[in-house]
Amino acid sequence: MFYREAGQFKTSYKADQALMPILQDRVGLTVILLIAFVAIPAFANDFFLTSIMIPFLVFSLAAIGLNVLTGFCGQLSLGTGAFMGVGAYAAYKLTTIFPDANVIVMVLLSGIFSAAIGAVFGLPSLRIKGLYLAVTTLAAQFFLEWCFIRIPWLYNYNASGAIEVPHREAFGVVVSGAEATPIVRYFIVLCITVAIAYLMANVLRGRIGRSWMMIRDMDIAAELMGIRPLQTKLMAFAVSSYICGVAGAMMVFFWLNAAEPSSYSISLSFQILFMVILGGLGSLGGAFMGAAFIWILPVFLKFIPGTLGIDVAAETVEHVTFMIVGALIIFFLIVEPHGFARLWQIGKQKLRVWPFPY
Amino acid sequence: MLYDIFIDPFVQMYDMPDFFLQVLWEGFVAGILYALIALGFVLIFKASGVFNFAQGIMVVFAGLTLVGLNENGIPAYLALALTIVAMGVLAYGVERVVMRPLVNQPDIILLMATIGLTYFLIGFGEFVFGGEPKQMITEQLGLPTGSTAIEMGERGLIILQHIDIAAAVIAVIMVTALGIFFNKTRIGRALRAVADDHQAALSVGISLNQIWAIVWFAAGLVALATGIMWGARSDVSFALEIVAFKALPVLILGGFTSIPGAIVGGLIIGFGEKIGELYWGGLVGGGIESWLAYIIALIFLLFRPQGLFGERIIERI
Repeated sequence: MFYREAGQFKTSYKADQALMPILQDRVGLTVILLIAFVAIPAFANDFFLTSIMIPFLVFSLAAIGLNVLTGFCGQLSLGTGAFMGVGAYAAYKLTTIFPDANVIVMVLLSGIFSAAIGAVFGLPSLRIKGLYLAVTTLAAQFFLEWCFIRIPWLYNYNASGAIEVPHREAFGVVVSGAEATPIVRYFIVLCITVAIAYLMANVLRGRIGRSWMMIRDMDIAAELMGIRPLQTKLMAFAVSSYICGVAGAMMVFFWLNAAEPSSYSISLSFQILFMVILGGLGSLGGAFMGAAFIWILPVFLKFIPGTLGIDVAAETVEHVTFMIVGALIIFFLIVEPHGFARLWQIGKQKLRVWPFPY
Repeated sequence: MLYDIFIDPFVQMYDMPDFFLQVLWEGFVAGILYALIALGFVLIFKASGVFNFAQGIMVVFAGLTLVGLNENGIPAYLALALTIVAMGVLAYGVERVVMRPLVNQPDIILLMATIGLTYFLIGFGEFVFGGEPKQMITEQLGLPTGSTAIEMGERGLIILQHIDIAAAVIAVIMVTALGIFFNKTRIGRALRAVADDHQAALSVGISLNQIWAIVWFAAGLVALATGIMWGARSDVSFALEIVAFKALPVLILGGFTSIPGAIVGGLIIGFGEKIGELYWGGLVGGGIESWLAYIIALIFLLFRPQGLFGERIIERI
């Protein structure tokens, strides 16, 4: 009833091949984009922007990156945190080496370094599969983390061992450093995330994305049908790491302002993996939903005791949050192993046939 | 540079054999502990195909429960018994709440569920017993604490901690006991049947649920032993969790399904890591222990993708 595509005729191949052939989808996406670009900047306060929206978008982008690798190409990776770190450190080095360049360009370029390193660590995936591969990507995680600590050149030999984002201006406004306003940061992060998500939506339904999915579904069969496993898998690693790298660079430049090696530890990798799994493997929309759930739920839980007027120690809240998040993850996996994306599809089907049950 | 890499470490090993033997001993002990954690993984993976990420945290949780109970005035041995009961309850709970609804799901979903379990256990353990590191109750449990120095004539001496020797002995006893359990008892045979083929096992009347609860309980006991041994060497705290990640390269080195593989893999990683760190680590600034194990495992895997003792992977279309 509400979501019925009947009667929407397409008169050209172009219309039939459109990214969103159904009117309701287009309307829905426009509304979401309007909220993101107009309503939130107009009404949200700084706290909402800096501690909810910006991290949410950064994590969504990282989840899209991992989703390309794990959800679409079927290669399980636990090294996401480190690849994000590579992006962050590369962006930091680039902006300090070229102080006059536009910092947004540098953030986008830093993903290339991350992509190169991701491709190198993707090489074993040709022989090693499944859970074994997951463990070998841990090698990338721990090795790169060690590099961030032990190679002082990466953080310009400063005493703290952390990278601090320098003050930079672009288009006449301060975009990075401590003085940048949340609204500017939010717009940059939003634009990059939306642009990359749009790009990936198109890549994934094209030849490249389909060859990834063939590798995921059965690699030997894909090889017999003329997909080259080497190029395809390495491309998936490179693209995934590029996106993760950009997300990592945005994380330090537009959200945290400073980062140390422990910001890109294994727990970040797990967090991103949770977003991907809970959101739904192989779904871009799912990446956003997963990121929203994993990031916003703990923030939300933190404020519950305060609003209810119960006085609880901050530690206890943190421990209970851990318990609740863990339990909810198991709960959602049991209820719907295919993630929120599947729940959304079921919901769409219900809307389509409403008011009838089927 | 080449001299530093290829010749100097061996010269050092020859010149200072006491130091070298000490390093080997350290590697041996670390290897035993890695092997014990890996053993817990293997038990569960064999019987249910679940890659149990929570094994590391189960080690911490078991240790914390033991120490926490003792701190609240319960005598050591009673606390030990109660901890065993707690691990049993945990095993039953996991089987009932997590495993049973998720049966027959893809590997990655089960893996995620165990990571969810990890989060839950971290939160629960810290909530009940507090997050600060605790001292393991080594003496109350009747474990030795001293150390012996073995003189090597002119060439120095080696120091052996008694607790390390105890750890090695306990590890050997546990592996032997598990071996007997798997091969000689009725339940052990049922476990192997389940490991071989779930459906065939079901069809001859083996209860999968019961077997899984038993396996998780066995893994819990292994975790408790590991927790005591490891806690005695350092402290009982959630920092152990990071060390528990070391069991993963051990696992892929030995193969996910092989108990001897876990032992041999543990020893290779233990020796390789300590020797690598002490003789070659200085060349690149030290601290290579954190990733060397993974690189060793990765190199092995490139030649044997199924691990040293794993079953041969046959792929069909």
